[in-house]
Amino acid sequence: MIERLAELVNDDAWLVKRGRLLNVTFAIGIDETDYLVRVIDGRIAEIEKGPHVMRSWTFAVRASAQTWATFWQAVPPPGFHDIFALLRKRLIAFEGDLQPMMAHLLYIKLLLAKPRELAAA
Amino acid sequence: MTATANIEPVTGRYLHLDLEGRPHRLYFEEAGEGIPLLCLHTAGADGRQFRALLNDPEITADYRVIAFDMPWHGKSSPPVGWEREDYQLTTERYTGMILAISEALGLDKPVAMGCSIGGRIVLNLAWAHPERFRALIGLQSAAYVERYYDAGWLNHPEVHGGEACGALAYGLVSPLSPEAHKWETVWHYMQGGPGIFQGDLFFYQIEGDVRDKITDIDTSKCPLYMLTGEYDYSASPADSEAAAALIPGAKLTVMKGLGHFPMSENPDGFREYLLPVLKEIRDAG
Repeated sequence: MIERLAELVNDDAWLVKRGRLLNVTFAIGIDETDYLVRVIDGRIAEIEKGPHVMRSWTFAVRASAQTWATFWQAVPPPGFHDIFALLRKRLIAFEGDLQPMMAHLLYIKLLLAKPRELAAA
Repeated sequence: MTATANIEPVTGRYLHLDLEGRPHRLYFEEAGEGIPLLCLHTAGADGRQFRALLNDPEITADYRVIAFDMPWHGKSSPPVGWEREDYQLTTERYTGMILAISEALGLDKPVAMGCSIGGRIVLNLAWAHPERFRALIGLQSAAYVERYYDAGWLNHPEVHGGEACGALAYGLVSPLSPEAHKWETVWHYMQGGPGIFQGDLFFYQIEGDVRDKITDIDTSKCPLYMLTGEYDYSASPADSEAAAALIPGAKLTVMKGLGHFPMSENPDGFREYLLPVLKEIRDAG
């Protein structure tokens, strides 16, 4: 799913526009693996799969592979449809400097939900 | 005005009244005739959430539907001097406001229906003032929700409050709700004043814990209905079930496919659950 995240985001002109003022590298954690997502002007320039050595990121969102798989269903079940729903269930962790994430929260939520389009297809 | 103008049968007016000894100018909308149905919006939103109810002839045939914007919300003004104070909702303030508005409008034993913070205060009304209401309807009612995120981000100089509040509300909507109503609901949140959603959440997350009270609610004095959307993770079905289990006679229904804002995010889905409740209240006389 995450392998096609850059393509899914960059093909969505409205989403890219929504994130146009965001320039950040953040981590999506899936089980023990970190994927570093480099966003430039709302586009995903690169996604690098870990392990990483001495790499910096600004914020991280981490959950188990099972949680992400449920989150990425075309229509997720209750409690798995939003990252704050996962937070309430303590199935996700937000780490690092959360200011850029909270300042672009809708963009980040929509970006993270993008793989659902693959499930729906 | 042309003869073809499509105008809703909803009237919006301003009410002047004192709350906590201070003059207020409050906006409210109403439609219909019959049993007063006083609608209480969610934290950080306003009475527009009830736009579909106000336009539902099947409801307004028997009910006078009234939706007011709380002070600081929607088209209601904050009190004079607001620029030098922090807004915070409390149980006492919220309860007093509802009783004062009900009295000012001359409502005779209204039905009060509130969502989220409104669903919480309905439980307090059931405990403290059952004799004042014909029935109470709690939407997304929970006695308490533990704080699982920091609402401080919703009122932070490095975060656009409207965007952040909208993004938070977006997640509370069911993924199955119609797009148009989903985004209308988010829009209301994007329009809230700075710090207002956060100030309401003070009541919801911290001060307005009614767990100690609800075991004393006597539903023989005033019927209590609870309707909770299954996709709500803030006041989840489990939270509502926990509250209902402690209140003898409370009637809880979990609403399939609905989220935290049933009346606003999916009016057609919501009315299927609301109409039987309103019929039961009406038939009880």
